[in-house]
Amino acid sequence: MANALDPHAAVVTEAGGLDQRGTLKTADGQPLSRALARSSRKARRRAFMLVLPLLLFILITFVLPIGQMLQRSVKNDGFSANMPQLSAWFAEHPRGTDPNDAAWAALAADLTASAEARTIGVVGTRINYDMPGTRSLFTSAGRQARRGVEPPYRDAILEMDQKWGDPKLWSVMREASSPYTSNFYLAAVDRTRDDSGNIVQAPEQQRVYLMLFLRTLWLSLVITFTTFLLGFPIAHLLATLPTRKSNLLMILVLLPFWTSLLVRTTAWMVLLQQQGVVNDILVWLGVIGNSGRLQMIFNQTGTIIAMTHILLPFMILPLYSVMRTINPSYVRAARSLGATSWTAFRRIYFPQTLPGLGAGALLVFILAVGYYITPALVGGSSGQLISNMIAMHMTQTLNWSMAAALAAILLGGVLILYWVYDRLVGIDNLKLG
Amino acid sequence: MKKTLILTSALCGLAFGAHAQEVNVVSWGGAYEKSQVEAYNKPFSEQTGTKVNMIAADDPATPLKAQFEAKNVTGDVFDVAMADAIRMCDEGALVEIDPAALPAGADGVAAAEDFVPGSLSDCAVGNIVWGTVIGYDKTKFPDAAPTTVADFFDTAKFPGKRGLPKSPKRTLYLALIADGVAADEVYDMLGTPEGVDRAFKKLDTIKKDVVWWEAGAQPMQLLADGEVSMTTVYNGRLFDAIVAEGKPFDTIWDGQYLEINAFVIPKDAPHPEAAMEYVKVATGTQPLADQAKWISYGPARKSSAPQVGMYNDGKTEMGPFMPTNPDHLKTAVYDDPEFWADHSAELAEQFNSWLAAS
Repeated sequence: MANALDPHAAVVTEAGGLDQRGTLKTADGQPLSRALARSSRKARRRAFMLVLPLLLFILITFVLPIGQMLQRSVKNDGFSANMPQLSAWFAEHPRGTDPNDAAWAALAADLTASAEARTIGVVGTRINYDMPGTRSLFTSAGRQARRGVEPPYRDAILEMDQKWGDPKLWSVMREASSPYTSNFYLAAVDRTRDDSGNIVQAPEQQRVYLMLFLRTLWLSLVITFTTFLLGFPIAHLLATLPTRKSNLLMILVLLPFWTSLLVRTTAWMVLLQQQGVVNDILVWLGVIGNSGRLQMIFNQTGTIIAMTHILLPFMILPLYSVMRTINPSYVRAARSLGATSWTAFRRIYFPQTLPGLGAGALLVFILAVGYYITPALVGGSSGQLISNMIAMHMTQTLNWSMAAALAAILLGGVLILYWVYDRLVGIDNLKLG
Repeated sequence: MKKTLILTSALCGLAFGAHAQEVNVVSWGGAYEKSQVEAYNKPFSEQTGTKVNMIAADDPATPLKAQFEAKNVTGDVFDVAMADAIRMCDEGALVEIDPAALPAGADGVAAAEDFVPGSLSDCAVGNIVWGTVIGYDKTKFPDAAPTTVADFFDTAKFPGKRGLPKSPKRTLYLALIADGVAADEVYDMLGTPEGVDRAFKKLDTIKKDVVWWEAGAQPMQLLADGEVSMTTVYNGRLFDAIVAEGKPFDTIWDGQYLEINAFVIPKDAPHPEAAMEYVKVATGTQPLADQAKWISYGPARKSSAPQVGMYNDGKTEMGPFMPTNPDHLKTAVYDDPEFWADHSAELAEQFNSWLAAS
């Protein structure tokens, strides 16, 4: 391995020499491999120090919050932390045990303690997630318990409200006595647990999430396709026009890109509403009657139009940068060899744009899946996406665990699609610019 | 230079804090904050010599919750929706306030009696009552003006699209009222599956004519653009459009949805005594009545109502625009924070499921 003809080896040999076993050494007698490792380690450490701020930034602002959020989707200790005695009773007695005197005493003690500590609202909120209408059961029982509960506890508590005897309530409390639960994920796919804890479909009028997941997926695909249809010719034009003209066109593409999202969304509202500009022009031209104004916004159409426009630059820019690098002589060569213009496009030009198309499609699709503000404003009732439900659980019902479960499923779905894309097209074939 | 400036102002702040009392009030900003500065803060500072720092938030309940969870409370008094006040009281974030400690009304009635129903709770003292009402464009109905909730649902007699908020809370009750349910039976009805079905059946009759709004500014825009001929809207916004902007709109008070805002004091507030003093003074009869000079929200005390006078333009009588005007209360539905704390998640799911099934 140490070849005398190798110039590097020669230098080292002169300086440090070879030992008996033939290992290379540096001038101060250390094995070369160790010295090399040390110096490259130093360089690596320096490089690492350079990226450390970014790593920390990503860790603190991205990984930790998302991790915490995902944890919320399986962990909610609102009940178990504030009702310790009853939780202990559930742990000791298997499912199916009817609540005995000890259970009622534990319930009374926990209710009193929790009401004193003013955490009864947290307990009620946790149970209310799985059994609507029970939050006030806990808060009012807490108020009464603060005035004192006398044994026999069973009768005293049932006197507060007959609902305390409901087996479903006890089943739900048993579920909640462990801080970890899969119920939020079940609810996020329109499933629930019946009185004996089996997983069943949610009542029909409450099923909404699966349908919204599918709709989000479908609309995102439609939007990706329309951005492709509209963006491909524009990108081609940009890439083939003389620089001066294409720069001007580029500004037209970028100008909306730089405009606030809200401004663009509201602009579409002004244009598309029934008393809006487009309808006014159509009526004025006599295409439609005044009573037959088109409903183009506050429905799915509105969501598709506005989101296609907003996401268009994300398709055009990667396509453009790839098309710029395509050598026009290939197509010319194909044509001179007798290909029709369609064949030349299909077999020569289009395949070369695939890396840009893949990048653009992936960008648009992933952005569309998580879009929130545009569907909220122009989507009406039929153009809502799953992100609108996540927002609702974050801000209105304050059920952050549910929001986290929905978000985690969305994230998982996107990752799976990303993986499928990698298998089909290959991530190496992605070109962003 | 800049550093010394910051340093001196910080020192001044410290010195000021040490000598004069102050109190930090977190409220909603905008015209509403102005009304509180004029009606509450000025008399309070005059009486007590305590300086009031107003801090604006989109919804003060959010910073309150954040400050409580971070165990770093900087606000003394927060102006929040009653539902949030009750929720956070149950979660142990707020100081309890005994109604007996509040001053009696100007007419001598004890505070516990003087406040309108629902505006006092364990930890909260109500300040304003505001309504979600129906606003309509007068030019769209030249022959006969709509007057009831039933008219809102009658698109044959009163053509045009309708604006409704995209949430179950301010929508389902309206359908029940239109279907003939009495205002005080709405919650009993909504507590049963049959009642909820009935509400959705009634909403079905106008579903294709509804434009759903989300933000408070949207309904006025929809009405002004002619996109809808009738919409539900917060009464203060409608008042602004009618009086300040002179728009040809009018109000249907039938079946208005009344909600209450309240002052709360967080545990570990930096100035607890000043905070309590502020709440007592600000929710007195006169300050609550004076507030109506600046914004068309109703005072939470009954004794304030007779003292409500003119708008600050000096010519608009406020009485007819007040959600708390006795004429407007006959068919009003009061917000029920307990009911919504129990059912909002379930009804929101049903509502969205209903919306999606088009």
